[in-house]
Order: sequence, then structure tokens, then C-alpha cells
Amino acid sequence: MKLEELRFGTELIKRGFASMQKGGVIMDVVNAEQAQLAEEAGAVAVMALERVPADIRAAGGVARMADPQKIVEIIDAVSIPVMGKARIGHFVEAQILEALGVDMVDESEVLTPADEQFHIDKTGFGVPFVCGARNLGEALRRINEGAAMIRTKGEAGTGNVVEAVRHMRAIMGGIRALSGLSSQELVDCARDIEAPVELVIECAKRGRLPVVNFSAGGIATPADAALMMQLGADGVFVGSGIFKSANPEAMARAIVEAVNHYDDAKVIAEVSKGLGEAMKGLDVHLLREDEVLQTRGR
Amino acid sequence: MGVKVGVLALQGDVAEHSAAFREVLAERPGSSVASVRHVEDLADLDALAIPGGESTTISRLIEKNGLYESLVGFEGGIFATCAGMVLSADRVDDARVRPLSLIPMHVARNAFGRQVDSREAMLEVAGLAEPFRAVFIRAPVAMDVDPQVQVLARIPEGIVAVRHGRHMAFAFHPELGGDLRLHRMFLEGLGV
Repeated sequence: MKLEELRFGTELIKRGFASMQKGGVIMDVVNAEQAQLAEEAGAVAVMALERVPADIRAAGGVARMADPQKIVEIIDAVSIPVMGKARIGHFVEAQILEALGVDMVDESEVLTPADEQFHIDKTGFGVPFVCGARNLGEALRRINEGAAMIRTKGEAGTGNVVEAVRHMRAIMGGIRALSGLSSQELVDCARDIEAPVELVIECAKRGRLPVVNFSAGGIATPADAALMMQLGADGVFVGSGIFKSANPEAMARAIVEAVNHYDDAKVIAEVSKGLGEAMKGLDVHLLREDEVLQTRGR
Repeated sequence: MGVKVGVLALQGDVAEHSAAFREVLAERPGSSVASVRHVEDLADLDALAIPGGESTTISRLIEKNGLYESLVGFEGGIFATCAGMVLSADRVDDARVRPLSLIPMHVARNAFGRQVDSREAMLEVAGLAEPFRAVFIRAPVAMDVDPQVQVLARIPEGIVAVRHGRHMAFAFHPELGGDLRLHRMFLEGLGV
């Protein structure tokens, strides 16, 4: 091996990292004990937080990056990858997360945005980023900024899957609508959805996003997780859904199995038995405009 | 003659493995690439790819799906990358993974550190005329291998490519990046 030939943080490495997460469940955790429970249950990664989204919602005020000490505590507790959330546009929080050794940064609408015009320029980082999106245009703008992975935004901390479904259908439908378009029409479409034309053409050619696409924001049961997989997700993030349920350990294991067997209703039925109460959940239509998280960062 | 390849489809970069084998098998009529999730999917396969992913997760799902004994007894060739290399070993530095003991070697998980330490490197591989651009992603290494295992490539951190009979294992990802020379080497070694 020639040392001068070593390369770090390339697109292939960043997108490759996201590919290794496919078919997996990424779980929100707030301490070492929860992180170990998630790892034992078969999570492919954990998201290190100070509060799960349902509690961020309840607490109000400005939500920021978690305390670095908390993140280090979680990194030290598990062998699977650890992700951390930075505010939209807050590239210094992202720099701190990278310096702490997180394996992926989530530029997340769950935290209070730090910049209402620009997202983080993610191309300059060695650590890969995941970003939320509600439709194809948002997804492709984030990829153009350097995101190595996309997740549907859904409506975090609600335990209500309706928004995750809406966003996954919008992205998958947006890609299906590209098939059969002429190159001229693809340029027109790119202008329409405010996305770079080369990325629109790449989606049309491949019939999917050029990066891994997970689902997030409202998944609370094994059935919710399998629903998102059948709608085309490559994997799922579960935030409040696990540790706000009556039996987090059983719920975590059941969701991992439901994602693995997402097209086998018998298995999903079996793993869904006797899990106790799922998280309570919120009707998203009753949220005030300032309580809606998904509209942050477009 | 056609080659039947299965890809263990529990978690990880399954689609990338399938695509790479489809491409390299396109010139062999009668070949097929299929997903393996259940014991019966292993019947009649000439080879099985064990993909990259999280070895703790895949190990757990192997147990849950009742695949462990069948994988240990699999008689075709194994093409294992990253997490697959961890699983195909007979000794692993982590009790959370129950290895399949297909290749007598001692493997360490995450030997490079965090994701920012993941790297691409030009690697000399025994049997290849030109170096291979290897992508290491939170990669393992083999710390030592039994004498009957052939070491194909080594870096300062440890052994990163091995051959054992019809089996091959890599700490990096030949299924990413489009260079299929190691896939061809594997298929030649199958003797199908």
C-alpha cells in the first residue's frame, strides 16, 4: 500500500457508509444504557441525543446539539456506528460532532435551525451527513450540498406515521414520474422542483435516488416500520417510538425483525404480539404552525 | 457453464453485491444471482456472498432466521466483504458476533477507528497485475490466519484479503467502485 495514495472522506466512502446501513434500524438513544439496549436488539447504529424528539417538543425553547460529554459516553458504550444531530446550517456544531468521532452527522429539523437560508456545505467534511427531505426537490438539493444519505422528514416526536408516508410517497412518486421524460422535459422538471439537472437525470436513469433513502419521523410500531419499507425505504430511523413505549427492549427487537421481514405479514404479526403500549402519539393536524418541524429547511 | 450465486440478504449492501455479480456473470449464460434469507434459498448454490453491513446485526438475524447451521455447513464458495469477513472467521474479538468458522482466522472488528478514519487505498493484491483501489469502511482486519489460509493482501494494520480453498474474504469492498477483478478471480477459483 502506498501511503501517498490514501484518501479519506471521498464520496465513495461516505455513500458507502450509508449503504452498509441498509435494511437496518437506527435508534435514538439518550444514554449509554439505552445505546447498549439498542445494540443488543440489533440496531445498525444509534443517534446520540440529550432528549428524544417527543421530549424536545415538550420542552420547547431552542433545541441545540447534545452535550459533547453525552455523545462521548454513548460512543464509548457501543461498537456500532454513532450518529449525532447538528442544527440546520450550524456548521460549527457539525465540526464539533466530527471532532468527537461521530460516524455520521444528521443535519436535523428536529433541532432549531441556525440558518434560515443555507444548509451546511457538507462537501467540505470528512464525516458523512444524512439530511431530511419531504419531496424529490428537497432530497436532490441536500445531495447536491453533499448529503450521503437522505431520510424522509415525517413529523418527529409525534408517533404518527402519516407524514413519513406522505414524504416517502412524494419522493418515490417524484422519481417514477421522471421515467419516460425526454431530456428536454427532464430539464424543465429540474427547474420545476428546483433541483440540479444532473441529479434529476441520474434519478431518471437509475429509477431511485443516487444515495440511500431511509424513513424517519413518526414510526412507532413494527407495522409502521414495515409499511415504510414496503413503500420503498432502504431502512428506518426510530426516534421516540422505542424509548417512549411501554417495553423498549421488546419494541426495539420487534422493529428490527419487522424491517428484516417487511414483506412477510406472518412474521410481523408474530413479533407484534404483546408489546404493550406504543408511544401515545399526536394528531399532526392539531399542531400549531410553529410546532411543525418538517417545514424547517427546504 | 452457468454459476448460481446467492447473496445473504439480511442487512447491508446486498443490492451492490447482487449488481456486481450480475455484471460479472453477464457473459456466462445460465447464471443467476438470488437473495438468501431462508435455509431453502441455499439449495443448489455454487457460491454465497456475505455482504458488508453491521456484523452484530447480521449475526443476530442469522440466529433469528435459523440460518446458522446451514451457513456453517455451506459447501459452495464464500465471497465475504467487511462484516462478511468478520462473520466468516472462526475467532472474533467481540462476543456479540457468533462467527461461522468458514475460514480459520482471527478477526478484529472496526480496526481503523471511527468513520472519518475510513479510507481508500491502492492495494497490492497477490494474483492481480495492477493495484486494486480498495475502499475500507469501518473495516475489520485479520490479526492472524492459520497456515493453510493464503494471504492475498496486507496493510500495516493487518491482513485485509485472504483465500481459503474456494472461499475469499476482504476487509474492503470489491463490490463498490466498479473494479470486478476480484470477482473474476473468485469465480475462476470455484471450478464450476
